[in-house]
Amino acid sequence: MPLLDIRTVSKNFGAVTAVDGVSLSVGEGELFALLGPSGCGKTTLLRLIAGFERPDAGRILIDGNDVTEAPPYRRPVNMMFQSYALFPHLDVAGNIAFGLKQEGMERRRRAARVAEMLALVQMADYARRRPHELSGGQKQRVALARALAKMPKLLLLDEPLAALDRKLREETRLELIGIQERVGTSFVFVTHDQEEALGMASRIAVMERGRVAQLGSAAEIYERPNSRFVADFVGAVNLFDGVAAGSALKAPAFDTPIPLPELADLPEGTAAALAVRPEKLRLSRARPDGIAIAATVASVNYQGGISIVHAATPSGRMLKAQMASTAAAAFERGAPVWAGWDPADAVALSR
Amino acid sequence: MPVTGWGWRQWCLIAPPFLWLFIFFLLPLGVVAAISLTQAADTIPPYTPLFTHGPDGLQAQASFANYRLLARSDVRAYGNSLGFAALATALCLLVGYPIAFAIARAPKAWRNPLLFFVILPFWTSLLIRVYAWITILQPTGLLNRALEDLGLINQPLLLIYNGFSVVLGLVYAYLPFMILPLYGSLSQLDESLLEAAADLGARPARVFREIVLPLSLPGVAAGALLVFIPAIGEFVIPDLLGGPGTLMVGKVLWQEFFDNVDWPEAAAVAMVLVVLLTAPLLLAQRLAERAT
Amino acid sequence: MSRRITLFRAAVLALGFGFLYLPIALLIAYSFNASRLVAVWGGWSLHWYGALIDDDKFRDAAWNSLRIGMMAASLALMLGTGAGFAIARFTRFPGRLVFSFMLMAPLVVPEVILGLSLLLLFVASQAWFGWPASRGLLTVTIAHATFGSCFVAVLVRAQLAGFDHTLEEAALDLGARPFSVLWRVILPGISPALVSGWLLAFTLSLDDLVVASFVSGPSATTLPMAVYSSVRIGVTPEINALATVFLAVVIVIVTLAFSLIARQERRRLARR
Repeated sequence: MPLLDIRTVSKNFGAVTAVDGVSLSVGEGELFALLGPSGCGKTTLLRLIAGFERPDAGRILIDGNDVTEAPPYRRPVNMMFQSYALFPHLDVAGNIAFGLKQEGMERRRRAARVAEMLALVQMADYARRRPHELSGGQKQRVALARALAKMPKLLLLDEPLAALDRKLREETRLELIGIQERVGTSFVFVTHDQEEALGMASRIAVMERGRVAQLGSAAEIYERPNSRFVADFVGAVNLFDGVAAGSALKAPAFDTPIPLPELADLPEGTAAALAVRPEKLRLSRARPDGIAIAATVASVNYQGGISIVHAATPSGRMLKAQMASTAAAAFERGAPVWAGWDPADAVALSR
Repeated sequence: MPVTGWGWRQWCLIAPPFLWLFIFFLLPLGVVAAISLTQAADTIPPYTPLFTHGPDGLQAQASFANYRLLARSDVRAYGNSLGFAALATALCLLVGYPIAFAIARAPKAWRNPLLFFVILPFWTSLLIRVYAWITILQPTGLLNRALEDLGLINQPLLLIYNGFSVVLGLVYAYLPFMILPLYGSLSQLDESLLEAAADLGARPARVFREIVLPLSLPGVAAGALLVFIPAIGEFVIPDLLGGPGTLMVGKVLWQEFFDNVDWPEAAAVAMVLVVLLTAPLLLAQRLAERAT
Repeated sequence: MSRRITLFRAAVLALGFGFLYLPIALLIAYSFNASRLVAVWGGWSLHWYGALIDDDKFRDAAWNSLRIGMMAASLALMLGTGAGFAIARFTRFPGRLVFSFMLMAPLVVPEVILGLSLLLLFVASQAWFGWPASRGLLTVTIAHATFGSCFVAVLVRAQLAGFDHTLEEAALDLGARPFSVLWRVILPGISPALVSGWLLAFTLSLDDLVVASFVSGPSATTLPMAVYSSVRIGVTPEINALATVFLAVVIVIVTLAFSLIARQERRRLARR
């Protein structure tokens, strides 16, 4: 039995459908991500799980219990808010103890749990501080400690890394993973940053316009996207649009249609595409066997260990290749190159 | 509010204040209307009953005599009230606008303290502050003495117990009520709008006339209503600072009630005042709703 | 903006505040004047303060006013907070228009109308139901609480407008029931409005002459009523002393309250 079971849940706001018949489940101890662009419904879904919104259709079950009609204070779920929402009139310890006081935990146990939580997020010395005296990163730890204090089975995080600067983001990401492993709570977090999702989550639901576009592990989503949208949203990609012709893709970029058995069932002329990740696109001076596209190097972007090389085809289409900087050194602007890839590395997309 | 829905909780919150205000504000107005239709009598309470149980059941004995009397003798008082209130409102606007403007453009750290000092007099007794003006405006008061000492006049000026002192008192009392909403409007004015206008070639006077003034109109309207409506029925200021020629409605009501012990007449005076104020009140209501 | 304009603005402020504070400054100065007459400066003296303390009628009236003020302000706070919350949060309910009118009108309606109408209600109610048996502290308290609650509602409403509602969601999420949320999160969060609301209702009660004159009864004279009857007889210097004491007390309380509030506002803003 899954910990969180969402069954064909829908939510409308007036004429706008925010969540459209979404079904998914999250197991115990999982780190699950809801990933998508703004407006895709991920935050609404999170709020439905927390209980701040009621679904118009569908059911939500937590640990086997139907909580669809239950108010937030009756669900075994806690949330870490994007703005942290720390109570300004209470100190750090008071904030963390808030939920415990609410459930009537007696004082000594409460103090012990608060101390435990403070140690977990490494804020033991800050118990008496007020929220306005803390930095952004510190506030977040307190918010996390507060949300975990009641030992919920499920923790919801709303854009946990969005407000942090790059370096802090790295550190915090690792810390969150560490804490999750230690505590064993399932984490469901919402993000628009695909790097964040790929780096943290064991399973990801990519959402688009209220629906789940693809559900799978980070590797599955990245290596085997099931649609143009997912391929384009998660990571950089070279997308070749064309039409299905038999079991081949006919595209302006290719001289001859590329055979793709996955397209065999599609009617002639249906829109289809081929996706090739930049790190799988190989550039060479000499024309390779198999797929080969002629292009001219437009720019070489040095990014430290790796470099991004952009090459333009005669028709003006820009190809993006990623390689080790040592390899990129061989290419200069204006140099003619051939682009190719291993057919196994490309993904056929029928939508 | 997240967990909304209309439940018993919401009613619990609304019911007490709603009932209280209904019983102690609206209902009394109804009682005033009813009693304005009765006559003064030597009974306790000093008015004839409106409804009587007769052999034919419940009968109403209403009379408009009070209103007829009012129309004959008190019209001037209403005219005075409207006139003085309007004049005071205009002057409050004239005096208050520059002050509010100056505070709004003052350095940020000064603004709250300045506002605090504008509000502070409001927190001290109006009665006492008006009384202080008596000592200033009297023939033997400070202002006259100062002018005499400076050799500017030979005889004391008649600065009190006339229209001048009443309007002065009204402006003095209600100035904070004008400054605060004006400040509210002006402080929300985006500085970059003024800079843009100046950049496009407008001189300060034009910037003021065409940008600042129109955008501050909500504050002007709010302030004007906050001064005008209560000023019409003001009692203390015309009583202490006014004379026989400055009779205002508030004083007429007071006199009818306390001096003549003619409660029904006082009630009629009050009803006419309420009717006069209905339009401004609804306007104020509309402004208040729009502001939020 | 050019220097000249700033000078103009400074002059405006100086004149404006001069106008507002001139009578107050005079009251304070003359409370120390040994001579009765305004025309003559008789030297510094605390004579009038002594006379004030000895004066029974002012002392009793002040005590009445204090008691009424505290009760009325507390009542106004309870009623006004609920009202302000309701009008701010509940956007649609039957009677909302009436409710909003009842919250706004007492703020501007002339006091003679408020006083007369309440008195007539009390008199009619006494005739029909036997309550109130007599008019005095209770009736004045009721009257003051009525318009005081409207002022509190305005302040509460304004403060709620800027209140971070995710704090409420966080509290609900952590297991607090709606009433708990109100008590443990919202009320502490709007405490500046609550404090200034109580003070405002208290001050308005202390200062009210007209309404109290209508609804009060024998042996329940309030301070403004005592001052008014005193002033009508003639200018007595004791009043200057009274005014100065009053002023000093108010300044201390209000300054304390405002600095407390300012400190909390700084905390609230720093949070973001």
